[in-house]
Amino acid sequence: MKDKWIFLIFLLAFLAAYFIPFHQATVQNAISEAFLLLQEYAREHVLLCLIPAFFIAGAISVFVSKASVIKYFGAKAKKILSYSVASVSGTILAVCSCTVLPLFAGIYTRGAGIGPATAFLYSGPAINVLAIILTAKVLGYKLGLARAVGAIIFAVVIGLIMHLLFSKEEEKNREKSELVESEEKDERPMWKTGLYFAVMVAILVFINWGKSSPELKVWYFIYQAKWYIGAALLAVLAWMIIKWFKKEELKEWTFSTWVFTKQIFPLLFAGVLVAGFFLGRPGYEGIIPSEWIVRLVGGNSLGANLFASVAGALMYFATLTEVPILQGLLGAGMGQGPALALLLAGPALSLPNMLVIRSVIGTKKTLAFIALVVIMATITGMIYGHFFA
Amino acid sequence: MEIRVLGPGCPRCQEVKKRTINALAELNVGADVQNVKDIKKISEYKVIATPALVINGKVKASGRIPSPKDIKKWIQEEM
Repeated sequence: MKDKWIFLIFLLAFLAAYFIPFHQATVQNAISEAFLLLQEYAREHVLLCLIPAFFIAGAISVFVSKASVIKYFGAKAKKILSYSVASVSGTILAVCSCTVLPLFAGIYTRGAGIGPATAFLYSGPAINVLAIILTAKVLGYKLGLARAVGAIIFAVVIGLIMHLLFSKEEEKNREKSELVESEEKDERPMWKTGLYFAVMVAILVFINWGKSSPELKVWYFIYQAKWYIGAALLAVLAWMIIKWFKKEELKEWTFSTWVFTKQIFPLLFAGVLVAGFFLGRPGYEGIIPSEWIVRLVGGNSLGANLFASVAGALMYFATLTEVPILQGLLGAGMGQGPALALLLAGPALSLPNMLVIRSVIGTKKTLAFIALVVIMATITGMIYGHFFA
Repeated sequence: MEIRVLGPGCPRCQEVKKRTINALAELNVGADVQNVKDIKKISEYKVIATPALVINGKVKASGRIPSPKDIKKWIQEEM
């Protein structure tokens, strides 16, 4: 880090220490809210949800062959396949948010063109494995599912519209070259890799099984037996790991899990503290009065949804931090519709990445993309809020 | 030898660079190692997924962190 940035951080810390009125009850309350929210995450989400999710993300980055997916982004790939693959492949390609933009640039300049590129750009950050898991765990499975499904459907719609608007002029500029991807041979048959991932996901699902009323017999039975099911599955996983994987591969798996953890946990930690400080836990107030939130993004009006998606589009969310922030907003009275609007517009766009996108596809297309994202997010939010308020 | 590590500067790309430099040191080989962080330049290499490792203009790995063993092998191939 450059010294001038370190100095800037020192300066901000000094100004904060100097000016924040720590003796005021509201500030003290907000600080304790920040740490109570942090404790809630530490107790509820880290051991059972985040750590298994990071191991899955690590496994994806080591054991899933990217070449099999990337071939559908080539210039000669069938268009229907390009769009469908672009809209869902964020799950395995975008585990780390910093890989989304290079992929986008690559698909645009070398591969299938603007349609699939924008489809990928829109859905990638929203449907990466960690984001879906944490959204479903913290904000509820309905919103988690709506986020994933909404992102996939609207990615295709936005991609197709961008293609219709700009395909003519871009055909002239683009050089159609095949992508070279390095040869990678799979170490084990597909079904083994598939089973291995299925078992890991099953572990995650069962150990987080929520309590339901005893009348729903099957669900309640699973809830009661969740630790036994989890332990049995863990034994199966251990057997697979010993039988099917080489020692070196396991080292790589642990290592890449650790790299993600090192990269994402500090930001999430800060994000939770900030969300707790400003917004408080659900049912409690942070430094921002709940009535402001209700006035801006409460209910399910057009204004609330539009505001949420514009704010989301401008704001920068580090990977996963959108979740605690939304949890705070929902607890302070944000409507379900605007929440989904923010989830859809937020991670796909931010001021810094707008600038990068602009350097790749130019001002006009960037503005069209931003407008489409904001409009789509607003509409999706209103539809969702109408049915699930 | 010309080695390029492609990626916008995330920890995974830094790890690739670290492993490359370690491999060069172990083999006692000198090379021009540089990061390519600019997204437009990255796409000029016809690579889609980052981090990617390019040795003498040839894409050796993309979308993953290659193992130190592989990196050593590729360096020896290109010598």
